[in-house]
Amino acid sequence: METYALLIGSTLAAGTVLALAALGLLINEKSGVVNLGAEGMMLCAALAGFASVVHTGSDWLGFAAGMAAGAILAWLAGLLIIYLNTNAYATGLALSLFGAGFSAFAGTSYVQAMLPARTNFAIPFLSDIPLVGTALFKQHPLVYAAVIIAALLVAFLYKTRAGLILRAVGENPASAHALGYNVRRIRLLAMVAGGALCGLAGAYLAVVYTPLWVQGMVAGKGWIALALTTFATWRPARVLLGAYLFGGVTMLQFHLQGEGVQIAAEFLNMLPYIATIAVLVLISRNPTWIRVNMPASLGKPFHLGT
Amino acid sequence: MNKRFALKATALAAVGLLALGLTACGKKEEAKPAPAVVAPKPEPLKIAFAYVGPVGDGGWTFAHDNARKAVEKEFGDKVKTSFVESVPESADAERVIRDMAGQGNKLIFGTTFGYADPMLKVAADFKDTKFEHATGFKSADNMRTYDSRTYEGAYMAGVIAGKVTKSNVLGVVGSIPIPEVVRNINSFTLGAQSVNPKIKTKVVWVGEWFAPPKETEAATALINGGADVLMQNTDSSAVLQTAEKMGKRAFGWDSDMTAYGPKAHLGSAVINWAPYYIKATKDALDGKWAKGDNTWWGVKEGAIDMVSVAADVPADAKAKVDEVRAGLKAGTFSIWKGPILGQDGKEVLKKDEVADDKFMSGIMFYVKGVEGKVPSGKK
Repeated sequence: METYALLIGSTLAAGTVLALAALGLLINEKSGVVNLGAEGMMLCAALAGFASVVHTGSDWLGFAAGMAAGAILAWLAGLLIIYLNTNAYATGLALSLFGAGFSAFAGTSYVQAMLPARTNFAIPFLSDIPLVGTALFKQHPLVYAAVIIAALLVAFLYKTRAGLILRAVGENPASAHALGYNVRRIRLLAMVAGGALCGLAGAYLAVVYTPLWVQGMVAGKGWIALALTTFATWRPARVLLGAYLFGGVTMLQFHLQGEGVQIAAEFLNMLPYIATIAVLVLISRNPTWIRVNMPASLGKPFHLGT
Repeated sequence: MNKRFALKATALAAVGLLALGLTACGKKEEAKPAPAVVAPKPEPLKIAFAYVGPVGDGGWTFAHDNARKAVEKEFGDKVKTSFVESVPESADAERVIRDMAGQGNKLIFGTTFGYADPMLKVAADFKDTKFEHATGFKSADNMRTYDSRTYEGAYMAGVIAGKVTKSNVLGVVGSIPIPEVVRNINSFTLGAQSVNPKIKTKVVWVGEWFAPPKETEAATALINGGADVLMQNTDSSAVLQTAEKMGKRAFGWDSDMTAYGPKAHLGSAVINWAPYYIKATKDALDGKWAKGDNTWWGVKEGAIDMVSVAADVPADAKAKVDEVRAGLKAGTFSIWKGPILGQDGKEVLKKDEVADDKFMSGIMFYVKGVEGKVPSGKK
C-alpha cells in the first residue's frame, strides 16, 4: 500500500510540470493564438530559474526569474505573431528551436553548478495521516499552487467579465473588435500570461523536480503540454487531470520496472505520446466536443479592419 | 604525338616555372627579417577526444577530460589536444570523428561504446591516424580498444551497500543493457552479498547514458519500491541528488561526486583514465603504437578505485573494502570466482572457477539476488 501512496505522491510531482505549462498554454489558446514555443520557453526559463537560485540562493527568486524569462519570450513571439502577422506555427517552432539552442549555449557554465541544499516539504498534521499523508501532503508548495491556479482559471474564464472578453476574442475577434475591445493587446496579454506559466513550469523542473541544469532537460514535456490542451478540449480541470495522467504513466513505467515487470522501457516511453494521439483521434471523431470548447478563431490571424 | 603534347608540356612547364619564380620571390622577401636558421621544431602530436556527454557532467565525461588534461600536463608542448563534447552515438559521431581526422589529429580517442562503427569507418579512410575506442570490442590495424574494470568499483560499492542497508533492498539505475552495465549490476550485488546474504537488487533502466530527469524519476521509483541504497551506471549525479533529497544513500560513479550529495554520499567508484591515456600518447610519440589486444585496466593499474568513503560507513565495511582493494592489486582476489549462481539458482561458474575476460565481456544475465530480467534487444 505504501508503495502506491508513494507512486501517487511522485505522480503529482511529475504531473505538476505538465499542469503548469498546459494551463499557461490554455490561457494562450483561449485568446485564439497558438504558441508552439512552449518547449523553448520552458528550457530558457529552466536555465533562468536555476541560475538565479545558484546566484541568490532563493528558490522563489528562481521561480520569478523563470516566469520572467517565459513572459519575455512569449511577448517577443506575440509581437511577431499578433502585430506583424507572421505565421503562428512557424514562429512558435522557431521559438522552440531558438530556446533549445540558446539555453544550451548560455547554460554551459551552469552544467556542473549546484544548488543549496533542498528542503523537504510537509504540511503539519495532514502529512502524518498514514498513506494519505504520504500520497498528498508531502509536496512542494508549487504542486498545490498548480491546483489553485487551475481553480482560479476556471473562475476567471467562466465567472468574470475579463474572462468573457478573453473568450470572446478567441471565439470571434472581429466582433470583439467591433465592440471596441483591443483584440491585439488582449491576445498579447494572454500570450505573456501563458509564457509566464510555462516559465514557472520550467523553473519548477530545474529547481525542484530535477535540481540541476543540463541542456535539453525539458525533454519533450513542452510538446506534451501542448497536446494536453487539445487532449483536455480546452477545459482547465481536464488539463489538470490529463497532466496527472501523463505524469502517472511516466512514473508507473519506472515503478513497473523496479518490480521486475517485463515491459520494454522503450515501449513505455512511447505511452504518453500514444495516449495523446489516441485522444486526438477520439475527440476529432466527435465534432461537438471540439466545437463547444475549442476557441473558434484558434490559429487564425486577426487583421485590423476585417 | 605530337605537337599538341609538346605544346601542353611547354605550357605546363612555363606555368610551373612562373609559379616557382613567384614563390621564390615571396620567400626571399619573407626571409629578410629573420635570416638566422631556426632548428625545425617537431610538430606537436595532435590528439582529439570525442565525448558522449558534456565535460561538466561530473561523471563519465568529466573523468575522461581530467585524463586529457593529465596528458597535456605530462607531455607539454609535444602534444596538442582538443575535444568535442556531447557527440551523440549516431550518424553525427562519424561526421565529428571524420572531421577530427581531417584536421590532422593523429591520435583520436572515442569515449563511448556507440562510437565503434563510426570510428571503424573513419579509421579505414585515415590509415596513418591511430584510433582508440573506449569500452568497445571492434578493432582494425589502426584502431584498438581500451576499457576499465568498472565492475571492481561496483563490487567495492556493493560491500559498503550491503553493510549500510537496513531494508536489504538495493537499487540500480541502469543506462543501456550491454554486458558492461549488466556486469556492474551483478558485481554490485555480489559485493553486497559477500557481507549480507539477504540482499536483493532492483534495477530500473532509463535507456540513455545521460538523462538527468529520467535518472531522477528512476531513482525515485526505486526508493518508493523500498530500496535504501542506490547505485547508478549512468553518467550524471542525478541519482545521488535524488537520494539526498529523499533521505537515502547512494554512490558517486566515474568521478568523485561527494559535493553533489554530502549527506547521501557513501563513496565514489572512480575511473582514472590518465595512466592509459599517457601510455597511448607515449606509444604514438615514440612510434611504438601497435594494434593490440583490448587493454583492460582496473584497481591493479591504478585505473579504478573507491574514494571518499563516508565517515559513517561501519569500520568493518571499510576494512573489507581495503581488503578487496589490496587483493585486486596483488592479484590474489577475483570477484568473478565460482561458485556464482544465476537467477535460476544454477551455477554459472563452478566452485573455484575464475571467469576469463571473454566470459566477462559476454555477461548478459543477472546473478541470483537481482530481480527482473535483462531487457533483450541489441547486443
